[in-house]
Amino acid sequence: MRFGRRTALRDVTFTAQPGEILAVIGPNGAGKTTLLSILAGLQVPSAGCVSHGARHVGWVPQQAAVYRKLSVAENLRLFARLERVPDVEEAVTRMLDQAGLADRARDELGTLSGGNQQRVNIAIGLLSDPPVLLLDEPSSSLDPRQREVLWTFVSGLARERSTTVVFTTHNVGEAERYADRVLVLADGELLFGGTPAQLGDAVGDAADFEAAFVRFLRERGH
Amino acid sequence: MTALRHLLVKDLQILRRSPLLLVLLALYAIVIGLPVGYAVSRPPSKPKVAFFNAVPPSSNTFQLGGESRDASRYADELFESIDPIRVDSRQAAIDKVKSGEAVAALIVPADITQALQATVSLSGSAQKPELELFYAADNPLKRRYVEDTINAQVAKANRALGEELTKIAGQYLGILLQGGGFSLLGQKFDVLGLKRSAEILQGVATALPEGDPKAAAVQRVRRFAQLAIDNLDLSDSVLASISDPISVNAQTVDGPTSSLDGYAVAVALTVALMFIGLLVAAGMLALEREEHAFGRLVRGLVGRTILVVEKALLGALAATVTALLLVLLLSLFQPVRLDRAPLWLAALVAGALGFGAMGVAIGALTRDVRASSLLAFLLSLPVAALALVPSGSVGASAYEVVQAVAALFPFKPTLEALDAGLNRGGGSELTGALVHLIALAAGYVVLARVGLRRFGAGT
Repeated sequence: MRFGRRTALRDVTFTAQPGEILAVIGPNGAGKTTLLSILAGLQVPSAGCVSHGARHVGWVPQQAAVYRKLSVAENLRLFARLERVPDVEEAVTRMLDQAGLADRARDELGTLSGGNQQRVNIAIGLLSDPPVLLLDEPSSSLDPRQREVLWTFVSGLARERSTTVVFTTHNVGEAERYADRVLVLADGELLFGGTPAQLGDAVGDAADFEAAFVRFLRERGH
Repeated sequence: MTALRHLLVKDLQILRRSPLLLVLLALYAIVIGLPVGYAVSRPPSKPKVAFFNAVPPSSNTFQLGGESRDASRYADELFESIDPIRVDSRQAAIDKVKSGEAVAALIVPADITQALQATVSLSGSAQKPELELFYAADNPLKRRYVEDTINAQVAKANRALGEELTKIAGQYLGILLQGGGFSLLGQKFDVLGLKRSAEILQGVATALPEGDPKAAAVQRVRRFAQLAIDNLDLSDSVLASISDPISVNAQTVDGPTSSLDGYAVAVALTVALMFIGLLVAAGMLALEREEHAFGRLVRGLVGRTILVVEKALLGALAATVTALLLVLLLSLFQPVRLDRAPLWLAALVAGALGFGAMGVAIGALTRDVRASSLLAFLLSLPVAALALVPSGSVGASAYEVVQAVAALFPFKPTLEALDAGLNRGGGSELTGALVHLIALAAGYVVLARVGLRRFGAGT
């Protein structure tokens, strides 16, 4: 993937299985968001391909892409209609229940906390019950308690509905805890693809996963 | 189309949730539209002119054709065009101008009635009645207006006096021709008249013996009298043409003109359409990015073109509703032709579409609502100003440039369409303006679509 003379991503190839949770980690400017944008169909790669069509992918942007003047239910209803979900009201009710926001359905989104807005943001991404869910730094605006609720919800999707989840994060601890596999990107290159434990093994004895990640990058000149 | 409908409903819901903003926007458009409309269709307000009349009240009249005329009635006519500040002396009038309280001072000298009497007495007089006028130099626009107003009123008074004098001259000539009595300087005269003179001469010539040399001389004088009679019969029409030698037959070169009030309504509606159409369309398109929903929408849910068209329609809808409210409000003060409703409604909708489309072009260039609103304001004011530049106010080539630039924006064609629809009953001018607006709307939608390319779906 090129932006003018700059190559944002180079030779990045990976597969993800149904029900697998994949974390994309790396320093700033590594190409994490670009990778997710290509997977979501927001950007067209200058070379290469994505086997899943964009319409089969649920996308959750980093900042809540919702209308603050509409209620929670109205936001869900609008996007369900635009997604051409067969039973709009059923989908809205299901997502309100899954997001735990049924009692706030009539509230304007602007009156909700950042965490609840992010839950609606994710719920919209799941409206069409996609087999793949892409989350761009989903927990960056959440407090620890809300993060816990979020990851319980996402883990449940993978476990119970076999949804493939790919997320980017700067919180490597989250990647270690919730991801089945991690992809390490730096300067647009895929440096590593494997389980968090395999990344720790790759650098020998590190105090924790974060230390192992930092040492891994340093050893590869990043 | 389904996606467009869903988006339109969503945007109307958002607008409905912002009632204060909506009311303020509508009020702003109406409050701006009304004064702009009336300002551009009105001459400048009456300028304040210091006025000193040195003529004593007892000497205010003069004699014309045996009738007494009051000179003050000419001043009353003048006061319809200026706002007089009456003062007690010549110096006080000049001081008012120096202090800035008045833009000019008009002084009527004490001897003006006598001078006028001498002028109209048909005795011939070198002394012409003269008014004194002093101007302030700091306001050339008002000075021009005062000068033109007073000159026009003096010309009007001169013409009225000229007509009276011509009438009196005609009466004198009639007496010379037909004979009869008239009074001059308090004395009564009985005039024989040319016709009666000719009859008498004819009688004398007939009574003289044939071959008498006196008969030939009398006949010669009679023929001269007859010649004078024949030519003086034409004197009325000749004098009438002298008193009003040049008349003005005013016509416009591009169809009938509108009344000032009708034109004011068209301007007010155009201004309202402009503000609402631009602000709503630009703001609501920018809102999609401000809410980070743009990327989510164009990721296969809604095409960028549909998004642009939907916002243009939304802007047009809001502008049309506001303009209709303004029509209702204006109809309380100024009759609006309901029989022409299809014409001005077509103009209203086409204008709203033009501004809505221009609004999305602005919205496509900006990332947030504040920037789009600011850009809409910055563009709308010069666009309106350009369209209102009257011909003759700038040089010919500069005016052509102004016309060409104004044609790129919807203000001028909207104003032309509304003026034609409201005041002139349509015609080719309305059709041309409607076609112009549709073309502009299509062009701006294309511009907006191109403008949106610079924003990635992730924005």
